[in-house]
Amino acid sequence: MAKSVLEVKDLVKYYGPLKAVNGLSFEVKENEIFGLIGPNGAGKTTTLRVISTILQITSGLVRVFGYELPRQAGEVRRIISYLPEDAGAYKNMTGKVYLGFMASFFGNGGKTREIVQEGIKIADLGRRINDRVDTYSKGMMRRLLVGRALMTDPRLAILDEPTSGLDVINAKEIRDIIKNATKEGTTVLLSSHNMLEVEFLCDRIALIDEGKIVEEGKPQELKKKYKASNIEEVFVEAVR
Amino acid sequence: MRNKRNEEKRGCLGSIIKKEVKELLTWETILPIVMIVVIFGMMGGVYSGVEEDVEEEPIIGLINNDGSGTYTDILIDTLDGGAELVYNRTDEDGDLGELIDEGLEEVGNEGGAALLIIPLGFNDTIALGEERASIRVIWILEGVGTFDSIPTGSVSGLLEVARSKITRELVGGDGGNVDTILAPFEYKSNETTMIKGGNPVNAGPGDIIGALATQSMLIPIMIMIVIMFSGGNVITSMGLEKENKTLETLLTLPVKRRSIITGKIVGSSAVGLAMALIYMLAYGFFMRGFYSSSDLNLEEIGLSLGIVGYLILAISISLAVLGALALCLVLGSFAKNYKSAQMLNGPLVALTMVPMFITMFKDFSTLPLTGKIVLFAIPFSHPMIASRALLFGDYLLPLSGLAYMAFFTLVMILIAVKIFNSDHLLVGRVKKEEEGKKRGIRFGLKSRIKPD
Repeated sequence: MAKSVLEVKDLVKYYGPLKAVNGLSFEVKENEIFGLIGPNGAGKTTTLRVISTILQITSGLVRVFGYELPRQAGEVRRIISYLPEDAGAYKNMTGKVYLGFMASFFGNGGKTREIVQEGIKIADLGRRINDRVDTYSKGMMRRLLVGRALMTDPRLAILDEPTSGLDVINAKEIRDIIKNATKEGTTVLLSSHNMLEVEFLCDRIALIDEGKIVEEGKPQELKKKYKASNIEEVFVEAVR
Repeated sequence: MRNKRNEEKRGCLGSIIKKEVKELLTWETILPIVMIVVIFGMMGGVYSGVEEDVEEEPIIGLINNDGSGTYTDILIDTLDGGAELVYNRTDEDGDLGELIDEGLEEVGNEGGAALLIIPLGFNDTIALGEERASIRVIWILEGVGTFDSIPTGSVSGLLEVARSKITRELVGGDGGNVDTILAPFEYKSNETTMIKGGNPVNAGPGDIIGALATQSMLIPIMIMIVIMFSGGNVITSMGLEKENKTLETLLTLPVKRRSIITGKIVGSSAVGLAMALIYMLAYGFFMRGFYSSSDLNLEEIGLSLGIVGYLILAISISLAVLGALALCLVLGSFAKNYKSAQMLNGPLVALTMVPMFITMFKDFSTLPLTGKIVLFAIPFSHPMIASRALLFGDYLLPLSGLAYMAFFTLVMILIAVKIFNSDHLLVGRVKKEEEGKKRGIRFGLKSRIKPD
């Protein structure tokens, strides 16, 4: 049985008086693609931001590859990679320079060049990698950012709505890139409100509503449990 | 192992600094500086042209209806010696009305400033001494700009000189000492100024203030520019990070928050200092013309900075810039995008402009108590205050300023680090719509990234 690389236990997160995450608990196994599924405002992004070390924990436990947050945030940042939902890149840089800038935080000299080459390969933008990012389409920008997120071979990739706003072809390519990453040893935690998409992509999913997990398991098992033809129907039944 | 870790840290910091510099040095930021340099260059050129105009002899025309005489000759000789006479006639040459028309046309064609008519009896009226004689002047003004009055002003100056010469001739005629009669006592050659309750200086207040004018103007302006450029850069950088949605990614990189802060401060101050230096060179070139006339040597009268003075001033400027940048990081954390970042420059502009104007025109010691408190409380005042206080050997005020600025900077850096370690940078303030109600909670206007 694969070991657990991410443990989230009774996670609570408040924004002032607003409770955004309400006692969330789940585990992610090594090399799997785990999806947090739920509507807008369910608490998915907040959970991912907490795990990515950029938001403080109100209460609960988060452990990434044995490192506990927030005490060992520095160690966690070395092994994770986070792709925010609406992330952008520095507009005055070319795609290649941007990848080089990001790679410089993970190594020097030859190591940096290796990482950049990997990023270029994943992004697969051809000659456009040498153009300024402010000339990129949304799909190209997302591919560049996915390349950035996965080029460092992170042990845990945290991807917030990785295909959001993309057309069918671009979305499929991004999904293929994510699937390939797990073959290289990366564990993926992603969020999506596209419940049909995650059926094809995720090994296991957790359905979130109002900051709480309402159901968790493999997509096929959940469909069977709720006698539903897709995850959307599972979600409707689970929150009812 | 430790060396490798340090090397990595330096690499990360270097990357952030490089990124900041690249981000801030764009055509949009360079162009205004280039424009300023060009404008100052052009203004310098205009002033050079003005100086040439002042030195150039004015062009005039003269119609002499009085013939010859001691006082008339003095007037004509003075005009002839200080101006270029392009039209010179007497009443024997024709009708006065026709001569005036002709003279105006000729002088006008030559770009002249005036046509002067000496009336009949000019010399005799002065000689009799019962009433004032007069001459008629028809001015020719080609433009109404300030500098367009220079040629006519030169002619007025020549007439003043002629009047003075005639006065001397009149007084000298009585056999007295002309200089003594015209100025019975003098004080300029034997004046001492006690500055700030001590330090007697053998010069008049006007000369001393004039000699210090360059420094009084340049140092506050220089400090204001450095702080505004560098501080504005930091705020802009934060605004751009938020607008381009790059901040979240930056915060998840394996780099310490203080390295991000240091990188932003160093990068912004490097760009700010470079821009300020270029600006100041252009400004210094422009200002040189205004204050080059002072003959007073500040070193000779003991009003110069020693090594310790320069050291204190350098530390004072550095601390002011550092404090401003830390403050700007705090202000920048409120920026939602590039546009709102520009709005946040407001407090910084106020905090640099107020001390600049006060210190340009008033000394700290002559301000009322409230003014002193306000000026001391503004951290960016201190290099401006110190530059002058140190000249007069006052070390207490600059050193107190250093202590205050160090405290201010430390507090600002701690606040900035706290903000970078908190949720505030990404998530705005959440406020209740109605006090005491748990329902109806909404994200306030300051929210930037809504929580999901």
